[in-house]
Amino acid sequence: MKPFSYFCPATVDEAIQGYGEAQETRFIGGGTNLLDLMKMGVERPAHLIDIGRLPLMKISPHGDGVRIGALISNTDAANHELIRTRYPVLTEAILAGASPQLRNMATMGGNLLQRTRCYYFYDPSYQECNKRTPGSGCAAIDGYNRIHAVLGQSPQCIAVHPSDMCVALTALDAVVQVKGPHGERSINMTEFHRLPGDTPQVETNLQSGELITAIDLPSIPYGKQSHYLKIRDRHSYAFALVSVAVVLDADEDGTMRHVRIALGGVAHKPWRATKAEKALTGEKADKKTLRAAAEEELADAHGYEHNSFKIELAKRAIVRAVTTVVGGQQNG
Amino acid sequence: MDDLIGQPLDRIDGRVKVTGRAVYAYEHDVPNAAYAVMVVSSIANGRIASMDTRAAEQAQGVLLVITHQNSLKVPGAQNQSKTSPPGHAVQALQDDVVYYANQPIGVVVAETFADAIAGAQLVQVTYAPQPPQMDLESRLADAYAPDKAGGGGDPAASHRGDVQAGMAEAKKSIDYVYRTPFEVHNPMEPHATIAVWNAPDRLTIYDATQGVFSDRGRVASVFGLPPENVRVISPYLGGGFGSKGPVWSHVILAAMAAKQAKRPVKLAVTRPQMFGMLGCRSETRQAIAMGAKSDGAITALRDDTVSHTSMFGEFVEAASLPARMLYQSPNNSTSQRLVRSNIGQPSYMRAPGEASGTYGLEAAMDEMAYALKMDPVEFRLKNYAETDPEENKPWSSKSLRECYLQGAKHFGWSKRPLEPRSMQDGNALIGWGMATSVYPTRRSVSNASARLNVDGTFSVDAGTQDLGTGTYTIMTQVAAEAFGVDAKQVRFRLGDTILPQTPVSGGSQTAASTGSAVHLASQALREKLIQMAIRDARSPLSGLGAQDVILNKGRLYARSNPARGETFRELILRSGQPHVEAKAEAKPGAEKDHYSMYAFGAQFAEARVDADLGQIKVSRMVGCFGAGRILNAKTARSQFLGGMIWGISMALYEYAAVDKRLGRWVNNNLAEYHVPVNADIGKIEAIWVDEKDDHVNPIGAKGIGEIGITGAAAAIANAVFHATGKRVRDLPITLDKVML
Repeated sequence: MKPFSYFCPATVDEAIQGYGEAQETRFIGGGTNLLDLMKMGVERPAHLIDIGRLPLMKISPHGDGVRIGALISNTDAANHELIRTRYPVLTEAILAGASPQLRNMATMGGNLLQRTRCYYFYDPSYQECNKRTPGSGCAAIDGYNRIHAVLGQSPQCIAVHPSDMCVALTALDAVVQVKGPHGERSINMTEFHRLPGDTPQVETNLQSGELITAIDLPSIPYGKQSHYLKIRDRHSYAFALVSVAVVLDADEDGTMRHVRIALGGVAHKPWRATKAEKALTGEKADKKTLRAAAEEELADAHGYEHNSFKIELAKRAIVRAVTTVVGGQQNG
Repeated sequence: MDDLIGQPLDRIDGRVKVTGRAVYAYEHDVPNAAYAVMVVSSIANGRIASMDTRAAEQAQGVLLVITHQNSLKVPGAQNQSKTSPPGHAVQALQDDVVYYANQPIGVVVAETFADAIAGAQLVQVTYAPQPPQMDLESRLADAYAPDKAGGGGDPAASHRGDVQAGMAEAKKSIDYVYRTPFEVHNPMEPHATIAVWNAPDRLTIYDATQGVFSDRGRVASVFGLPPENVRVISPYLGGGFGSKGPVWSHVILAAMAAKQAKRPVKLAVTRPQMFGMLGCRSETRQAIAMGAKSDGAITALRDDTVSHTSMFGEFVEAASLPARMLYQSPNNSTSQRLVRSNIGQPSYMRAPGEASGTYGLEAAMDEMAYALKMDPVEFRLKNYAETDPEENKPWSSKSLRECYLQGAKHFGWSKRPLEPRSMQDGNALIGWGMATSVYPTRRSVSNASARLNVDGTFSVDAGTQDLGTGTYTIMTQVAAEAFGVDAKQVRFRLGDTILPQTPVSGGSQTAASTGSAVHLASQALREKLIQMAIRDARSPLSGLGAQDVILNKGRLYARSNPARGETFRELILRSGQPHVEAKAEAKPGAEKDHYSMYAFGAQFAEARVDADLGQIKVSRMVGCFGAGRILNAKTARSQFLGGMIWGISMALYEYAAVDKRLGRWVNNNLAEYHVPVNADIGKIEAIWVDEKDDHVNPIGAKGIGEIGITGAAAAIANAVFHATGKRVRDLPITLDKVML
């Protein structure tokens, strides 16, 4: 691990000023991912700004919705009454991730910036990784790619975003509040992360020096009709092979007035399943309709030697997750 | 106190462990220690073209960077024939050859661990790479037959009867290939070594090792020292599972670095580095054919297993061994072959041979039972071997029939429908499967000493190791029972080469070997103390016959009159001696010539498989074992359960994922290399049948460290088939293999 300087500001403005123009600076929250990456030599910051004491630790009603401070721990967010009662899909998603110890340390803002678990990214002794070393190639495309993307990937990168929380936030149309050297702005969750394209090293639309201050959840009256389905290789402490967050508003006869679906484990960003949503809106949730919607969503999916099963798995997961919610086994 | 052996005594070392006071290898406080971190190869085959160490050498705190260009030459490390056993050929920076990925190619020694890590990242290496050889299937034609197979030195092949004729005689037959993947031990405590040169020719090593004496011997031979000049200390281990049995490169490198740096050196293997240089369970390819008459009698069985070995040593994953002796098959043939691959040396991993082999054989038995439309337990009973069919010897004891019956009863097996895919609960398909467990009973020469101290307490010593499994506890029980005292009155020491010589803790032999030595030493001391009392005119026991003296509750007293007696303290104080000691050696006798010795068991599993999504959960599992005398019901249960849980891991979760192009295992951390977590384990029970075996060894224990994993993976795989009707023949059974 490379030696680094350490600064612990008391205010957001101090933190932003402290970041300055330095390329080699990182904000550190819970550190659950950054420290791992520093140990591996993937991240080699010269300066760490510990934002752990900034006053960003409140969850409170915000307009009709809820605002979650960026430094709220994953555990506290998942167990907060406002979240449990209004956005149980977020509680489910957070609790499906990592381990209690990690969730106690990990912050909401930090979780947004989790980096991929692609083996070839995580270990600098692999020479090829366009995300770590732009232009070096992608070892995963022809390598062991069981955990990799089937949607939205590029020839430069087939890594997936590992967060469960972000999948739920995407389905909920959360808004990320940031503050930087040029002031404050809002970024919609669906616009926060990027597909890899030709610049897989650029994972979000955050600008240099911008700090996440809060996550806003809009009012969703039917938020309880929701479910986070996570499919993985073991029942805890494993990243999703495929996950589905569903929030929907269904009539008593099963007709869906509003449908929100997001997928995890399949793409470089949480994948909002807009095609499936459109196909299902106004329809009844019978197996055939669900399957057709899932087929449409995955129509452009492309698998590799070890991960093609994810395409079929994602389809079945969509069917199962929506069926679960409509069938009344949903949250709440 | 007669019944102390067998009692579920709490672990003697439990308190120091949970309070963090147990000192593990890397934690010993050694003054002036420097820290070493290894640099490892990122290619799997080729040569090192150059190593630029300048930046590392100039980095903060770095004392020394060792590569093959400036390493101490240790000729003993080069002592390699391509058939030498695991740990014999080490990679100690003696040349520029790279045999496998993660091979040590350098050592950075620094003032702090952080400096050493940072320095290691600055070493620039260029390679002259060659394509790695790591694939088994495409190189079967290159496979060769080794001389021997398995920890007992069995022949690499076996034949009895006429398999071809037996197959011709069969009414039903099967012929399939079963595969198990590479697995890496990953004990919770990473391997670590502290090396201290007390003099130019005297070395002390604090090591995470399963064999302090074998460690001492190997290190001494590499450095050309008499063994007595090397002391190895290893009081606690955070697991080993076989990986801490052989002496791997890092131990030699720690001693080398300490010599070159002229400082004591601490070296810990990092988790990613543990995937390669510390042994692994080889991938296996088990081709199994079986024929049976319509009444279920097996007419022929053939098991041809191929596994990997390294480019520089030899180890046979002897998966075909159970097929030789488990069933009464008159026409039987087995073989083991090896391919050489660019991997670290495959080695012993919990139930080497049997863990993998009982998967293939017992899955095949299940397939045969379905072909015959027979209940799998009934099919096994039909082919029950009353004597060892390969060795033509009687079993020293065998309770397998009772294990089948008791296990089945406990599990509720009789309610099982024969047809697969006939039980469902919502989205979950439910299946029940079973399999046989087996592991050989072995022992080696072991010594122990026992001493009555002047304060009336007892000290018992043996150099042996406690992997976290209960050695401290069971040895204390064995000794305390002999003396008729509470376990608290006995202090058992282990893990040090200044103590009596003992074998490696592997092959489930510690209880049998060192347990027997402790038993004999304690019995000898007991006899000595009785003699002291009855021959001493001042003792109340004076003049009694030895058989008339009882040792109980800390006293020696007359059988006829418990009031007539004295305490141990009174006895020794009167003698004027500082202590009274007895030593014993326990060694294998002729029992091996007369008997075939194994522990057996039967495992039953319930699997719930999501019909659409393929996710599998082992919701219920029962293992029933016949493993000789159980020395501690609590630590034994933990051993059985630990083995069974590892079997769940083998069946469903665990594999080192291979990138064949690069010759590397890519999932080299505990987030991506999956072993079960609590959420994966349902209701799990280990039970055992009382088994008295007067032949195996003086204490009648068969060893239970490994049998729990054997058969477990097959029981689960068979349950998955019963649930789904889909037979997966390559482990682990991940959801993609059953959903599509």
